[in-house]
Amino acid sequence: MTVAVVFLPLLGAIIAGALAFVDPEDKHKKHRIDAMAQRITCGALLASMVLALIVFWNVAVQGNAHTVTILNWIESGTFQVSWALKVDTLTAVMMLVVTVVSAMVHVYSIGYMHHDGSIPRFMAYLNLFTFFMLMLVTADNLVQMFFGWEGVGLASYLLIGFWYDRPSANAAAIKAFVVNRVGDFGFTLGIFATFLLFGSVHLDTIFAAAPGQANTMISVYGTELHALTLICLLLFVGAMGKSAQLGLHTWLPDAMEGPTPVSALIHAATMVTAGVFMVARCSPLFEESDAALTMVTVVGALTCLFAATVACTQFDIKRVIAYSTCSQLGYMFFACGVSAYNAAIFHLMTHAFFKALLFLGSGAVIHAMSDEQDMRKMGGLWKLIPVTYALMWIGNLALAGIWPFAGYFSKDFILESAWGSHTFVGHLAFWFGAAAAFLTAFYSWRLLIMTFHGRPRADDSVMARVHESPKVMLVPMMVLAVGAVCAGFIAYEPMVGHHWGSFWRDSIVILPVHPAVEAAHDVPLWVKLSPLGVGLAGIALAYVMYMFTSGIPEMLTRRFRPLHAFLYNKWYFDELYNAVIVSPAFRIGRGLWKGGDGALIDGVGPDGVAATAVRIARGAARLQTGYIFHYAFAMLIGVLILVSWYLFRVTG
Amino acid sequence: MGNLPFLSLVTFLPLLGAAFILVIRGAPDIVARNARNVALLTSGATFLLSLGIWFNFDPSTADFQFEERALWMPAFNIAYHMGVDGISMPFVLLSTLLIPICILASWTSITIRVKEYMIAFLLMETMLVGTFCALDIILFYLFFEGVLIPMFLIIGVWGGPRRVYSAFKFFLYTLAGSVLMLLALLTLYLHAGTTDIPSLLVYDLPTGLQQWLWLACFAAFAVKLPMWPVHTWLPDAHVEAPTAGSVILAGVLLKFGGYGFLRFSLPMFPEASITFAPLVFALSIIAVVYPSLVALAQEDMKKLIAYSSVAHMAFVTVGAFSMTVPGVEGAIFQMLSHGVVSAALFLVVGVVYDRTHSRDIASYGGLVHRMPVYALVFMLFMLGSVGLPGTSGFVGEFLVLLGAFQHDAWVATFTATGVILGAAYMLYLYRRVILGALVKDSLKRMKDLSPRELLVFAPLIVVVLWMGVYPDPLLGVMHVSVQNIVERLDVARAALDASALAVR
Repeated sequence: MTVAVVFLPLLGAIIAGALAFVDPEDKHKKHRIDAMAQRITCGALLASMVLALIVFWNVAVQGNAHTVTILNWIESGTFQVSWALKVDTLTAVMMLVVTVVSAMVHVYSIGYMHHDGSIPRFMAYLNLFTFFMLMLVTADNLVQMFFGWEGVGLASYLLIGFWYDRPSANAAAIKAFVVNRVGDFGFTLGIFATFLLFGSVHLDTIFAAAPGQANTMISVYGTELHALTLICLLLFVGAMGKSAQLGLHTWLPDAMEGPTPVSALIHAATMVTAGVFMVARCSPLFEESDAALTMVTVVGALTCLFAATVACTQFDIKRVIAYSTCSQLGYMFFACGVSAYNAAIFHLMTHAFFKALLFLGSGAVIHAMSDEQDMRKMGGLWKLIPVTYALMWIGNLALAGIWPFAGYFSKDFILESAWGSHTFVGHLAFWFGAAAAFLTAFYSWRLLIMTFHGRPRADDSVMARVHESPKVMLVPMMVLAVGAVCAGFIAYEPMVGHHWGSFWRDSIVILPVHPAVEAAHDVPLWVKLSPLGVGLAGIALAYVMYMFTSGIPEMLTRRFRPLHAFLYNKWYFDELYNAVIVSPAFRIGRGLWKGGDGALIDGVGPDGVAATAVRIARGAARLQTGYIFHYAFAMLIGVLILVSWYLFRVTG
Repeated sequence: MGNLPFLSLVTFLPLLGAAFILVIRGAPDIVARNARNVALLTSGATFLLSLGIWFNFDPSTADFQFEERALWMPAFNIAYHMGVDGISMPFVLLSTLLIPICILASWTSITIRVKEYMIAFLLMETMLVGTFCALDIILFYLFFEGVLIPMFLIIGVWGGPRRVYSAFKFFLYTLAGSVLMLLALLTLYLHAGTTDIPSLLVYDLPTGLQQWLWLACFAAFAVKLPMWPVHTWLPDAHVEAPTAGSVILAGVLLKFGGYGFLRFSLPMFPEASITFAPLVFALSIIAVVYPSLVALAQEDMKKLIAYSSVAHMAFVTVGAFSMTVPGVEGAIFQMLSHGVVSAALFLVVGVVYDRTHSRDIASYGGLVHRMPVYALVFMLFMLGSVGLPGTSGFVGEFLVLLGAFQHDAWVATFTATGVILGAAYMLYLYRRVILGALVKDSLKRMKDLSPRELLVFAPLIVVVLWMGVYPDPLLGVMHVSVQNIVERLDVARAALDASALAVR
């Protein structure tokens, strides 16, 4: 069953991928092939989703965690890994989230990609992505997790660059892959350090041994380091890359070059949350290192606020949501950092529903607006596409954390645990998170108002063609909307309630010295109410600025021009990286090629030696002039030297 | 079956085929056709025969297997001695796999002197297989150097416009290194009184002499591998060589260096290897970063892949000199993987070169529109090159870095930067050649892969994925032999430590 959940999408990807190479003669036949690819991939995913539901019931509810070993993979010396699927509650939750969102996105794509010329290829990529994502969450060892990790990176690369005629899409795809590779660099080093310490990379083995190594120091990098801190920090670098945390986040906004269903599935709901999953999965390791947890908290808190500030100034509807994703991932990370891993996964799940909904909704808007993404050219849409409008409201209410929508429960709980951690960084995260919650509500309603309200700012020809999306797009959004409404209060008790341990069992480990989850239940009332309060305030401010008055945003932009430019240009991260890393790399490469290889090595080495040999030979050749008196003269000199040498020897 | 002289058969069957081609007479086109057919048949049969070596191989022993021994020059105690162990056996298979692929890949692109071309390739196969099977240092040296002749001719006769410069650069570079090795081998013989490799593997040399011999051999192997800074012959040789020449050069010839380290340097001069390991690491780290940056700036497809070869082969030395089981096995695996992947990448370049006669990256773009199957094949090998898990490239790089991390975390960290840079230059290449809009008129009539070209790539695709998903059979062959080397190095390290203590 578990095997089928994971491998059905791979099968679908192979079949649909093969269909992509069929070159049909006429339009009718092409349509049949497209439909076949859609049916196969959606069928595979829906079947996988149903099976995942059964696995969830079996594992999370009935408690039958298990591991299925498939094949021996790499064995060398004492190092050994297998292909194996490990399913416990954490995995079961992730499997369910991944398959549900993925299935909805698959169905939605039938409508959204209707006019595209390469439907089988698109569907095959989506299936392939889902396979890698499921391999990631079911990994029973770090190397297989890395397989899924890099695999989703590949799928992301392929899908960002799906429209490969666009230079911007190709650039964004490469950027995503390479920036992720920087993170993966940390991940692999983390795997090596794990093997060095534990002699194994098998999750069950290292988790069982972790408490025993709590105080072990290892000597690497020429010094003595706390082993688990080193491992956790290196793994966390990987998580930062995949989950677009501050410093390695620059690829995520650019990834919006991909088709919108891709943004919903990969760059909002599932792949980017892999880092959070990894930290939660490795909770037995992170629990033993306070330094690593502090780092996770600080990075998460900074990202959550940073991304929210940028989101407030963007005009591209997808980029706003992309920065919002970045910010929400920050919440999940600082939740992990204060040892509320279950809260992080809880938010991961609710976020998957409402953020996928928001992306699909914005896709519907873009679809309706004839591929326009700039909110400055929207407005006045709500009467024309009321169902999408309503769905976007639900998504935004959930994102802003308004009761009783899903985000209210999960975000509140994260902030409460941050407060309940009673550490300095925990409180810092609380304040950052609260500030970001205010901004979240503000930019959500800014998006809603700019898109749907006010005077239409698009051309009349565009406005005339605005239409509600077909059912094949609306139904998946409605399913996600149900999740965005209900997932919070349904999952609250089992996931983060007082008896969270009986749900998660041993898939998440929280040591008694980190009591944030317990303490979160009895924080002061103002802490409990503040997220809702700032959320409502943010919404109110957005109404004031963008609906009831006019000119305030422009006035603020003028008044605080440097600040606005700083935020609008995303804190100049791209410019910085280009100036410091990307262009120097090309310049140095060129310099080493022409100067190092060409002038220095070849110039002094082979070419230089050859040139010297030729010079000497030329010189030697010049001696042979052909005149007898030259030779006679040379002989005379020779005799002279010989005689003098002889005389010196005899006399001296 | 087990009593067949497998190794001699596999080594000399190609030579027989070459002799057969030599006597073909008739009209030029008939000669060409027959030469191709005979070459393909011979190399195909050789490959099938070499599979027999694998199936009959006993992975539970570190001893040499399929041994054959005949006195050759009795007065000097020099013998024709052949045999394989878990380290050399996979390389025999790599050689016999790539030669038929090369011949098939040259089917239509070589039109002049077809007969001589096929003879050169079959002769090359004999030399390649012989090098990996030879268990006598004189015999080894003969094969090792003998490869230069067909390779020199292939570059110099069927190469591009600057072929003569490149052929000579290649020849002189490698010869300069090899002469030093010859001196070392002769010294070895004078000192130990035997040229027999199995005897030399257990012979204990004095530490001082080890260092000189190590350095002399290092010169030869470093040029072959190639290591920075003696790598500059490689881009030139690749650029000028015909496609199949590049395939053999990258696929097998570069492995002579790594094989030499594993067969000679590490087990015969263990103490010197330990002493000089920091030097090797330093050069290797430079050889990872430097060519990767240079590759970013390349404008010629073949040069780019040539520079990527330098970077990938640096992983081999890092793994070998980490002197751990995963490191050494990773080094072997990386060589095999690079042998397949880089060979395939040169074939990939060859496909479009045959159509447009340009290696200039800027003259391409948007090929995916006309050649979707080609784009997929290119993608697969590109992913193998960047070491995506599930392809052969990952297993090799991963094990090398794992071993290196156990030895010294800094070495592993610096080497691992190559993985980031590798992704950058390969994806950038792919983007410029395959992706984008198809605007160039010269490319608008390009045809996708022909059935023959698909047949060339199919076995390589299977091997890359198989080695990535289920490398167990291949790694299983190596375990005992590698364990043997690592144990010998551990003993040497203990001895060195003891003598260092005694001095103190």
